[in-house]
Amino acid sequence: MSRKNTLHAQKGLIQRLVLAPYSVWALLFIIVPLTFVAYYAFTDNNDQFTMRNILRFFNETSSVVKNGETREVRRYLLIFGRSLKLAVISTVICLVAGYPFAYMLARAPARTQSILITIIMIPMWMNFLIRTYAWMTILQDKGVILNFLRTLGLRVDNFHIIGTETAVVIGMVYDYFPYMILPIYSVMAKMDLKLIEAAHDLGCSGAGVLRRVIWPLSLPGVISGINMVLVPSISTFYISQKLGNGMFYLIGDAIEQQYVANDLHFAAAIAFILMVVLLVCMALMQRAANRRAFA
Amino acid sequence: MKKTISLLLCLALVLSISVALAGCGGKTRTLNVYNWGEYISDGSEGSLNTIKAFEKWYQETYGEKVRVNYTTFASNEDMYAKLSSGAVSYDLVIPSDYMIARMASEGMLLPLNFDNIPNYQYIDDSFRGLYYDPQNLYTVPYTYGVTGIIYDANVVDEADVGGWELMWNEKYAGQIVQFNNPRDAFSTAQYKLGIDVNSTDHADWDRALEELKAQKPLVKSYVMDEIYNMMESGEAAIGAYYAGDYFTMVDAQSDDVDLQFYYPERTNYFVDAMCIPSCCQDQELAEIFINYMLSEEPAVANAAFIYYASPNSLVYENEEYLDELGEETVEILYRFTDVFGERLNEFAFRNLDAETLSYITSLWETLKIG
Amino acid sequence: MKPVSKVYTALILIFLFAPIIILLVFSFNASKSLSVFSGFSLHWYEELFRDHQTLGAVRNTLILAVSAALISTAMGTAAAVGIYRLRNRYLRVALDTATNIPMINPDIITGISLMLMFVYVGRLFGAATSLNFVTMLIAHVTFCLPYVILQVLPKLQQMDKALPEAAMDLGCTPLRAFFKVEVPEILPGILTGMIMAFTLSLDDFVISYFTAGNGFETLPIRIYDMTKKTVTPKMYALATIIFFVILALLLVSNLMDSETSQDVKDARTKKKERKKAKA
Repeated sequence: MSRKNTLHAQKGLIQRLVLAPYSVWALLFIIVPLTFVAYYAFTDNNDQFTMRNILRFFNETSSVVKNGETREVRRYLLIFGRSLKLAVISTVICLVAGYPFAYMLARAPARTQSILITIIMIPMWMNFLIRTYAWMTILQDKGVILNFLRTLGLRVDNFHIIGTETAVVIGMVYDYFPYMILPIYSVMAKMDLKLIEAAHDLGCSGAGVLRRVIWPLSLPGVISGINMVLVPSISTFYISQKLGNGMFYLIGDAIEQQYVANDLHFAAAIAFILMVVLLVCMALMQRAANRRAFA
Repeated sequence: MKKTISLLLCLALVLSISVALAGCGGKTRTLNVYNWGEYISDGSEGSLNTIKAFEKWYQETYGEKVRVNYTTFASNEDMYAKLSSGAVSYDLVIPSDYMIARMASEGMLLPLNFDNIPNYQYIDDSFRGLYYDPQNLYTVPYTYGVTGIIYDANVVDEADVGGWELMWNEKYAGQIVQFNNPRDAFSTAQYKLGIDVNSTDHADWDRALEELKAQKPLVKSYVMDEIYNMMESGEAAIGAYYAGDYFTMVDAQSDDVDLQFYYPERTNYFVDAMCIPSCCQDQELAEIFINYMLSEEPAVANAAFIYYASPNSLVYENEEYLDELGEETVEILYRFTDVFGERLNEFAFRNLDAETLSYITSLWETLKIG
Repeated sequence: MKPVSKVYTALILIFLFAPIIILLVFSFNASKSLSVFSGFSLHWYEELFRDHQTLGAVRNTLILAVSAALISTAMGTAAAVGIYRLRNRYLRVALDTATNIPMINPDIITGISLMLMFVYVGRLFGAATSLNFVTMLIAHVTFCLPYVILQVLPKLQQMDKALPEAAMDLGCTPLRAFFKVEVPEILPGILTGMIMAFTLSLDDFVISYFTAGNGFETLPIRIYDMTKKTVTPKMYALATIIFFVILALLLVSNLMDSETSQDVKDARTKKKERKKAKA
């Protein structure tokens, strides 16, 4: 056998060897567990097939008083809608506040870049639950912010932050902000500067360069940033409990409540529906982005 | 910079593995204990470290090493979810009364061998054969207490104080905190209305829900441990919580807050007890541990640390402990039994059937989204 | 930097570090309160070092995070190399999808799904316990893997393909070529992936909550379980210590970095000088 052939065979073997552990792992611990969620969602306590859990999500109602009127609402759809709303708001804020930051970061000198990236990640090394606790101290009625306003002589006794949607959104933005910056930054850092210069040379205005060159090129990072902020903020249950004064019952709370109430089948059903919705959303977004990038 | 961090990571791994391995030498018996968070004297503030003391005592007594694997849970329901899934195995758990009844009815508990627990003699007679364990098979009581109302006397009028009505008083809108767990929250409405907290009639629970819905506009927050900070700092002025915890709050209250406590005419009575789940791997060791927990030093240390009442005569007759607590504290922690008498048992939570429990969960969700 | 961007950077940093400052301040509180500051004291630091349960939880958290980071980095790097060379289109799509799933799935679903599976398998084999350190480690490795792969893969794609070919033409075996040529090229990606994996594992609460088992308690779970009693400034003291340890590490490594870059510069100037001298 020629040397080249041996090399080729060796390459093929290595190829299979390096990929094997991950393939097995992904199958066992990513794919199979999902089938368990599906299995639990569609069965009852006696392992019989049932649609009851799924239907319960769409059909169960509660009577809610709003503006003096009592109305029947579909409970889990309402909870889902609220979670989605708060998660979208948080994601948009992260994107708007984080995008320019990521751009600046990518344009900074290499040393500044690595220092700033580390600084952004430092809070993540302190525990998530503890950070949320600290936010309670800042946001509560006798907390840091309102006490400061009081010393300025403002009358803030009827003004609250904790327990409002704002507080929950602050908690979400705070915890997931780095997840927006990092992917956008890493795409931007690879961007070819010559393209931007060329656009300038061709008479593009600053805004034009941003819209026609930088934004489309950074789209992959933006999408993975949106993914990484939207997904955890839609499913959180700790932030809403602590910063929302227990007044906001989100889809993550519902799953946890059912787990604690020992109704694993219904918990799995909610999880299953949430998973399907998110998968569809992300697929659609990916497609829209692809179309845009090639247009 | 990255290289340094990675190097440190590797170093940390090697170190931690060697530390873990070092702990494995020699033959050791292991005891897995599952308890509420912060529910055992742990050596803080110069108190006794119960776990370490037990390990030491055991080695001195039996000449053999023992290792206690101590893990905590956040609520009875959390504990039940973990244990009933069969995912974990513990030798000793300390749940509350109604959860004990549920576990016993589902065959999740083992009968105790009281020969291994001679110190059981110190348990007060009134704590034997109670509603959650009528034949006295499964449990050794650990702590007990009642729920009461804590209020800030600088804000609340003395005239408004007295019953559960205070938590529905519109004068204090936005200053009231309510429990953030279904069973406790519903019970406040049920005691107020005089409904049985263990009713299986949906209509009763619906009435309690209406009461809670009416209260919601006045509620500042649904809380568990957040109540400590809220009451201490004066964020909130009225809230219900477990009797002993009131003193923890008083200790840390801010200068312009004056916390006071009372129990309404009807209120929740609870007993938390040690029991051995059926997944237990070493029943004898668990019983030795229970017996140790009943002996004077650890029992007093735990009662002083947790700040709930103890059914152990070695504790409630211990002069030093009583002096330390002071007259007012003893009054609140222990004397309520004289006030309520036999009615206490009727105020306690019982195990409810699965259908009712799931109905309560759905009512709770309705309250939360309203 | 322009003044606008300076103000903007400052605002973001203030936002990110406001809670950290609160942690710092209240860790020195004399009383038990997390909202009323009643005087300076080192009391909670003493308490922290007396609390074996918490220190044990810290140790467990570190063991878990370090092992998860190392395992997921090794496996993820190998996977990235494999995926990069993969020619079979269907297999590639399948692997890409599998990699994306843990990122699109909320952690609560990853946690529940793994818990359901572990419990089922445990029952199947009649094991007394089905959740323990190993299952928790598996869960952590699983959600860290995609992050490592997504850091390494782009570095491979950026690499000049001719490099390993050239090395092999010069007589290197593929394995040797990989370690001598490819690894140095993708090293920054591997390191970033490892640090990300470590950070994610350290900070995770939800997945640990569902997959935690007997006697292996991590810090987030310990804190969560304090909900009947209360979280004390002891935990803030712990966070403060972590903060300063990280800060010290960063300073030291920064100093080392600047020294090495200084060395490189020196070497270069010397080389130039020599060249000049020769000319």
